[in-house]
Amino acid sequence: MRSAVPDTLHGPGGAREGTPDGGGRAASRGSAARHPVARSGRVAGLFSGGRLTTVVLFLPPALLLFTIFVILPMGEAAWYSLFNWDGYGEPTRYYGFRNYERLFGHRAFTSALINNGLIILVSLLVQLPLALAMAVILANRIPGAIFFRLVFFLPFVLAEVAAGLIWRFVYDGDYGILAEIARWFGYESAHVLADRGWAMYAILGVIVWKYFGFHMMIYIAGLQAIPSSLFEAARIDGANRWQVLRYVTLPSLAPTIRLSVFFAVIGSLQLFDLVMPMTRGGPSDSTQTMVTYLYSFGMMRMDIGFGSAVGVVLFVICVVFAFTYKRTAMRND
Amino acid sequence: MLHRTFGSSLFRHAVPAALASGLAGGAAAQTTVDWLHIEQNPEIADYWAGLARAYEAEHPGVTIAMQFLENEAFKAKLPTILQSDERPDIFYSWGGGVFHAQAEAGVLGDMTAQMNDGWAETFSPASVDAFTYNGVVHGAPMLVSQVVFWYNRDLFAQAGVDADSIQTWDDLLAAVQTFKDAGITPIAVGGADKWPLHFYWTHLAIRLGGKAGFEAATSGEGDGFENEIFVEAGRLFQQLTELEPFQDGYLAFTYPQAAGYFGDGKAAMHLMGNWDYNTARTNAADGEGLSDEQLGIFSFPQVPGGAGEPTDTLGGINGWLISADASPEAVDFLRFFLSPENQTEMGKRGYFIPVAVGASAEMTNPFFRQVADNIAASSYHQIFYDQMLGPSVGRVVNDVSADLAAGVITPEEAAATVQEAWEFEQ
Repeated sequence: MRSAVPDTLHGPGGAREGTPDGGGRAASRGSAARHPVARSGRVAGLFSGGRLTTVVLFLPPALLLFTIFVILPMGEAAWYSLFNWDGYGEPTRYYGFRNYERLFGHRAFTSALINNGLIILVSLLVQLPLALAMAVILANRIPGAIFFRLVFFLPFVLAEVAAGLIWRFVYDGDYGILAEIARWFGYESAHVLADRGWAMYAILGVIVWKYFGFHMMIYIAGLQAIPSSLFEAARIDGANRWQVLRYVTLPSLAPTIRLSVFFAVIGSLQLFDLVMPMTRGGPSDSTQTMVTYLYSFGMMRMDIGFGSAVGVVLFVICVVFAFTYKRTAMRND
Repeated sequence: MLHRTFGSSLFRHAVPAALASGLAGGAAAQTTVDWLHIEQNPEIADYWAGLARAYEAEHPGVTIAMQFLENEAFKAKLPTILQSDERPDIFYSWGGGVFHAQAEAGVLGDMTAQMNDGWAETFSPASVDAFTYNGVVHGAPMLVSQVVFWYNRDLFAQAGVDADSIQTWDDLLAAVQTFKDAGITPIAVGGADKWPLHFYWTHLAIRLGGKAGFEAATSGEGDGFENEIFVEAGRLFQQLTELEPFQDGYLAFTYPQAAGYFGDGKAAMHLMGNWDYNTARTNAADGEGLSDEQLGIFSFPQVPGGAGEPTDTLGGINGWLISADASPEAVDFLRFFLSPENQTEMGKRGYFIPVAVGASAEMTNPFFRQVADNIAASSYHQIFYDQMLGPSVGRVVNDVSADLAAGVITPEEAAATVQEAWEFEQ
C-alpha cells in the first residue's frame, strides 16, 4: 500500500492534477494524506491561496448534512431490515435475515427485478441508440433542428406524474386515444395497462419517449464539443458519412456515451414516479419495479423492516454497479 | 395537551386570531381538539363541522380543529403522525389489526372510565368491543357496514335474471353466464385497488368456514390459512373469474372508477359495502347514478354444505380513536358528536348506518335499512380481513385475491402465501 502511494501521487493521478476529475483526485488525496512525506506537501497546499479557509467553511455543513440525511438513514435502514417492525415504537422483534428470505421468495419482487432488467435493456438497446441517431441528425445546422430538439426534449421537462397520468389516459381502453385508433381500424379496444402481458411493454414505450430527449441533449452537447477540424480532416481523407460516424464521431463521443449509459442504468434502477400513476405496479404486480415494490410493500403496509430490506438490496445493486462501472468503463474519463 | 396548546395550536389558531384582533392580549385559556378525518363527501364534512361549531358555542375556550387527509395518505402517514408531537386528539379508525398495533405501541388514549360511565349503553356491545384492546377502551364506534351485491334492476330485467333467485354460488355463476350471453357486463370491480377483489375470496371463506373457520386459522389450528376452507374459497372464486365476469380492463380500475362504472349503468352487479350507495352516485358520469328504483341489493350467495350461517355478514365497524395525550375535552366532544341524537340525524340523512342503539330507526334509505337489519340478525359480523389481520397480512390477502382473479396463482398457492405471511407476523 505504502509503495503504491507515491505512484498515485506522481503517476497518472498526480500528473492529471489540472483535469476536472473530482473522484480520482479525492481518492489520491485520501491515500496521500496518510503518507508522511506526501502530507507536508499537501498541508502546504491546503494553506496556500486560502484553500484551508474554503475547506473549513464549506466542508462541515455539507459533511453534516450528508451524514444526517444520507449516511445515518442508510445505516438505520440496514439495521431496521433485521427486524419485523411496523413503525410504531422501537424495533424489538429481531428477525435476522428473514426479511431478505421473504423478499427473495416473493413472486412480485422477482417480477420487479425482471422488470428493472427489462427497463435497463430497453434503455440501452432502444433508447440510447435512438437518442444518438437523433443527436447526430439534429446536431447539424439543418432547418428545423432547434424545433425538433425542443420537441424531443419536451417530454423530459414534463413532470413524471403528469406524464404518467397523460399516458394512462392515452392507454385507457374506454376513452383513450389508442382505443379510438383501434376502433377506427375496426379492432376491439384493448385495455393495455390492465393486461398482464402488455402493461410492462406499454410502460417501456413511455420510458423511451420520456427520457430519450435527455440523452439526445447530452449527445448533442458532446457532439458540439468535438473539434470540427476532425470532421474536416476525415472528409479530406475521403471518408464517407458512415465512416465519419464510425471512426470519428463515435470514438470522440465515447466518454459522453459512457456517461449517458451510467445515467440510463441508475435511472432505470430507480424508476418509480412514472409507473405509479400509470399502473401502481399492477395489474396484480406485473409492472412493479424495485422502488414501486418498496413503496407498495414497505411504506404502504407500514412494514418498515421489510421495506428497509428492499432498500438495502436496491442500494447494494446501485452501489455495486456504480463502482464497477466507474472503475471499468469510466476509468479513463 | 397543554404543551400542545401553546405549541402547535398557538400557531394554527391563536396567532391568526391574535393578528385578526390586532394582538388583543389576555385571551382566555384555549384548548384545541385536533380532529383528523378522511371524509371526502363535502356534505358530510360540512355537517360535522356544524356539530363542531355547535359544541364550541356551548363550551367557550374549546376549539375543534378539523383536518382532512385522503384515505391512502391517511393510512401511510398515521404511524409517523401518531408518534410525533403533532398527533391529533381524535382520528378515524377501521379497528382490527391496525388498531391493535397502535394500542400496543402505546400511542392511544384510555377512555374506559368515560365509556363505563353510561356511554357504552348507547352502543351495541360488539361495536364497543371493536375499539377495546386488552380490556382498555381506546375509541368509540360510529358506523357499521356490510358488503352486499348491488344490482341494476333495469339490466336484470333486460337479461331476464331474477335477483331473488340468486341464492347459491352456482346461481350466481349461472346469472353471470346469462349476462355474458346477453352482452351485458355482469360485474364491475375495482381490481387495481385489490381490496374490492378480496371481498370475494374472504366472503367465500366465511360461507365455507363460518366463524369457527376464521378462528381456527388465526389460532394456528391445523394448517391455519392453508386449510381446505381457504383453498376451496380460491377454487370457487376462480370458477367465477374463469367466466370473465368483470368489465374489460378491470385490473386497471380503481374502486371509485368501478363504482362510477356501475353507477353509469354499465354493469349489472357490484359487490361492495353499503357506502357504495353514495360513492357510485358521486362517481357516475352525471353525478346522479342509478335511482333508488333502479337499484337493488342481495346478500352474498350461500355455498351449499358450507359451515357458515346464512346470516353471517362481512363488513366493518368504523369509529374514532383518541391518541395518548388527548385532552378530556376531546373525549367529551367525541361523546357529544356520537350522541344518539346526532347519530340518528346522520342515519336519517343517509350518510351511513350509525351504531348507536336505535339510531338507525329513522333511516329513510331503504338499502341502509335492509343492511342494518342484516347486521342486526347476524351472529357473526366478520370485520374485513385486510383490516382484521393487520396491514401486512391483510394486504397479502388483497394481493392473492387479485392474483387469483388474474389467474396467475392457484388456490393452493394463495392459501399458502397468506399462511406464510401470517406465520411471519407471529
